[in-house]
Amino acid sequence: MTDHPSYLKVFLIFARNSLVRDMTFRANFIIDAISSIAWMSMNLAFYVLIFQYTPMIGADSGWGKYEFFLFLSTTLVVNSIVQALFMTNADEFSELIRTGSLDFALLKPIDTLFLVSLQRIDWSSLGNLVFGLGLMGYAFAKLDYLPGPVAIGLYLLYVVCGVAILYSLMMSLAASSVWLGRNQTLYDFWFYITNFSRYPKEIYSGKYGDPLRWFFTFIIPVLLVINVPARFLVRSLRPHTAQDWLLPAFALLAALASLAAARWIFNQALVRYRSASS
Amino acid sequence: MLARATTWWTILRISIEERLVYRGDFALGTLMRFLPIVTQIFLWAAVFSAIGTRAGGAKIAGYTFPDFIAYYLLTMISRAFSSMPGLATGIARDIRDGTVKKYLIQPIDMLGFLLLYRTAHKLVYYLVAAVPFALVFYLCRGFFPGWPDAMTLAAFVASLVMSFFLGFFLEATLGMIGFWFLEVSSLLFVYMLFNFFCSGHMFPIDMLPGIWGTLVKLIPLQYLAYFPSAVFLGKITGAELAWGLAMQFGWLLLLIAASRAAFRFGVRRYSGFGG
Repeated sequence: MTDHPSYLKVFLIFARNSLVRDMTFRANFIIDAISSIAWMSMNLAFYVLIFQYTPMIGADSGWGKYEFFLFLSTTLVVNSIVQALFMTNADEFSELIRTGSLDFALLKPIDTLFLVSLQRIDWSSLGNLVFGLGLMGYAFAKLDYLPGPVAIGLYLLYVVCGVAILYSLMMSLAASSVWLGRNQTLYDFWFYITNFSRYPKEIYSGKYGDPLRWFFTFIIPVLLVINVPARFLVRSLRPHTAQDWLLPAFALLAALASLAAARWIFNQALVRYRSASS
Repeated sequence: MLARATTWWTILRISIEERLVYRGDFALGTLMRFLPIVTQIFLWAAVFSAIGTRAGGAKIAGYTFPDFIAYYLLTMISRAFSSMPGLATGIARDIRDGTVKKYLIQPIDMLGFLLLYRTAHKLVYYLVAAVPFALVFYLCRGFFPGWPDAMTLAAFVASLVMSFFLGFFLEATLGMIGFWFLEVSSLLFVYMLFNFFCSGHMFPIDMLPGIWGTLVKLIPLQYLAYFPSAVFLGKITGAELAWGLAMQFGWLLLLIAASRAAFRFGVRRYSGFGG
């Protein structure tokens, strides 16, 4: 008997309970999964259409059709993990603050950030993960190439970093509802910011593009979320020179800094929290 | 007749006042809605850079790079007219939870009431959104080929006004499917998906190749975003323009009839309980 809970065990119980809950409304679960896949298929159709007219997104950027599909599948993988693990929880967190139910979370003998971040897992969002992996397999088959174990290992590491950055951003936005009272525009804000991460960073160039790229790389590092892992999958875009490795190295740092910042904001929010009830 | 006009005027006035309460939040939200356009500009600039010089005559489906940006901005205007957020779900919910009873008991027509309510919301929306819209269009004026001639402008305005009514009656009809199936949310999701893709909100539908382009131009969704914008940019002219406007009007009449019929037959099936 230790005096602190086993976090892994608690997480697995959360995952199991959420799965049981999802399976209770099975038809709803299937419809949810299908609708998110339908949404993504439409996005895919849009890019297929674009590549009818152009060989590449950005002149000499290296993002040809199938290379871009690898980018798109990475977007799907990262976003579906974030949605499955944290989206529902971040949404409920704002609600916990507004209604004062956060009291119950604070009383439990477990790290509060852990508890409010992972309580409920949305399994249906993983439909997009499967779709993303399928798309990735298709792109690799078309490119007739498979990355080595080191590239795959690095890819997985940077997918985790990407998830960490997005999670930190989402939690910080959710925690800000302590100050704002309610946070209706959370999703809007979230959507508008992450929208910048969905494209290869090469497209942000020129007089207005360069500052924008700089801002979303170093201040709010959402451009690292997809770009860094996706490049490990594309042979021609993998880091080759020492200078190419600077960005992945920075991404590691950015992920850790984001997590630290999110925890700091979260703690600040808890200090300001006044129970709404009782 | 006069009593009726007074009633309708009162409904319109109350709805306008209700809407003006949140004007600050509203103007900011409108400005934020232009943010995705920023990424669209960069995406299309990158696409065009790969096929030739951006400034030069390179075209995709008849659209130059500035045309694309102007097109996306114009669809924001057409969507401001044709989109009816929550209309279909609202009607379906009223049917499910029984609120629809009030339209059956009170001497007021449901479709007329909802149309006035929406008109009021839209009017306030244009009033408040005019400033952010003007600002964005002014900043992006370089992407536009200049003002079109008076005839084109008149056609543009006509098709915008019709797109408002078309959007309203289309969504209202869909919402009234709730008289037959109590849960219509997944059906509406599919509609939203189709709407996003086929209305031209995502890209100019001229880009669709072969049979797909023909099919998408057969259904009325193109009038909700694509058609007014293409008219403004001078992509549709002459006989094609006249025919397009006539078709839009035809669809509008058809959908008014469909929504009336759906209401009439729906109410026959409907049974309300309790108070």
